[in-house]
Amino acid sequence: MADTEKIPTVIADNAHIIYRIHGSIGPNQSSPLSSFKRLVTRQKSTAVREVHAVKGASFVAYKGEAIGLIGTNGSGKSTLLRAIAGLLPVERGGAIYAAGQPSLLGVNAALMNDLSGERNVTLGCLAMGMTPAQVKEQVDDIIEFSGINERGDFSSLPMRTYSSGMSARLRFAIAAAKKHDVLLIDEALATGDAKFRKRSEQRVRDLRAEAGTVFLVSHSEQSIRDTCERSIWLEGGVIKADGSTEDVMKEYETFVKK
Amino acid sequence: MAQTTVVEPYTGPTPKELARKHGLSTAGRLPSLPEYTRLLWSYRHFIWEFAGAKVSASLGNTRLGMIWQVLTPLFNAGVYYMIFGVLLNTKHGTDNFIAYLCAGVFIFGYTQTVVQTGVQAISGNLGLIRALHFPRASLPISITLVEARNMIASMSVLIVIMLVTGEPITWQWLLIIPALLLQTIFNAGAAMLVSRLGSKLHDLRQLIPFIMRVWLYGSAVLYPVTQYTQHLHGWKLAVIEANPILVYIELIRHALMENVKLAGSPVLLWTEAAIWALVVGIGGYAYFWRGEKGYGRG
Repeated sequence: MADTEKIPTVIADNAHIIYRIHGSIGPNQSSPLSSFKRLVTRQKSTAVREVHAVKGASFVAYKGEAIGLIGTNGSGKSTLLRAIAGLLPVERGGAIYAAGQPSLLGVNAALMNDLSGERNVTLGCLAMGMTPAQVKEQVDDIIEFSGINERGDFSSLPMRTYSSGMSARLRFAIAAAKKHDVLLIDEALATGDAKFRKRSEQRVRDLRAEAGTVFLVSHSEQSIRDTCERSIWLEGGVIKADGSTEDVMKEYETFVKK
Repeated sequence: MAQTTVVEPYTGPTPKELARKHGLSTAGRLPSLPEYTRLLWSYRHFIWEFAGAKVSASLGNTRLGMIWQVLTPLFNAGVYYMIFGVLLNTKHGTDNFIAYLCAGVFIFGYTQTVVQTGVQAISGNLGLIRALHFPRASLPISITLVEARNMIASMSVLIVIMLVTGEPITWQWLLIIPALLLQTIFNAGAAMLVSRLGSKLHDLRQLIPFIMRVWLYGSAVLYPVTQYTQHLHGWKLAVIEANPILVYIELIRHALMENVKLAGSPVLLWTEAAIWALVVGIGGYAYFWRGEKGYGRG
């Protein structure tokens, strides 16, 4: 990577992200009477709660970089990825700019559980904007890469019959089938077995070589150390550190051990 | 951010300038309406596949599978035949009341299911929306497509009922195609309208059954349209006769049946049908598009 001409692919400029959660009924509104009282007294419903997940994140990511996002559970890592992908809007503050259309792939990515793995591959590829011809070409490769057929013909079985590792592998395989300017990976590598992890790490390196930028959220220090040379540490929605993986990891570890 | 340890102190242009220089766009920018339409068109295969997937997912765990698409309207017609034909022997001054009734039930059911499932098109697919990037209008449109496919089965059943009850085949039967097309556009618009409303107002889902029931009684489904002219006057009659579902039901009855009393002249009905399709179709689409970027927020 030449230092002279670094091309930015993702720029976050003081981004605040808030999302709303419906349906968390609190202890004081379990009866119709209390709900009515809440309406009359114009109290704000606790059934709709706002979560201020990211509080002013700023960074610049460049072409060819693989960036690890670390932080304790609930620190806003996944939310930040969703905002980069444009799936969650930036509430206030600045904005997030990105090259092309960043693609998020995560363990939460819900495909349709009642459908076979093969049909999910088709659906997922079409949802990423591929043409039917491209999809047809790639289906076999994707299933092959995911390795779900290693134990018999699983690709024609509904996805609800898959183990969590298998469905995570399939999701990763689908998202990695397309060339992305920016690829966002959420914990996806952690669920596969050792053999698949190796293969997927290789794929992440390939994707980087094709001059994309990769963001990786993981709790596995090893996979971040192996794939990323830069890391961003998020804590409580605030960026605590941003720098080389070695330095950031050291800081993070002392924080966690406290 | 005092603790930030940046490798090299940042002294470049401001983020905004840097973004513009390298042609980066804001994540989550709202495309213009023509741009959005083009994008949606490029996702037509996804919409089609998603509609197919929805059908297989809902019928996949039944033993009879796709046969239910035909069985459901058949059972529907059977129930109404039992109650109104055998038990009550209702006529309401209509020669062929069973066929008259079934036309109403099927056409009303089309819009009803689209609205009922459409209200959850966004809130029921949040996982998909937060994971993948596609024009969100694909979801309500897919739902309309699913029901349009079911409607083809329902229409074949209806045609059999018409033939069995002794309606003659005329060239007018072809008119059901444009009538259904207009209703489909209307339904797609309605689906987009309620799906955006439903994504913000989760309470709407609880209200939909009541709204649909009022709509049912105002659409001359269970009794002939002449009931309204006998009992209502002035603006009440005008409101009820402009009811879009009533208009679509009347068009189908007019196309398939001889000797039916209509709410208005065929020309008036066709004009109303076209206006409703355009207003709700385009209005619903534009309304849905305005909210495009906020759907992931929940």
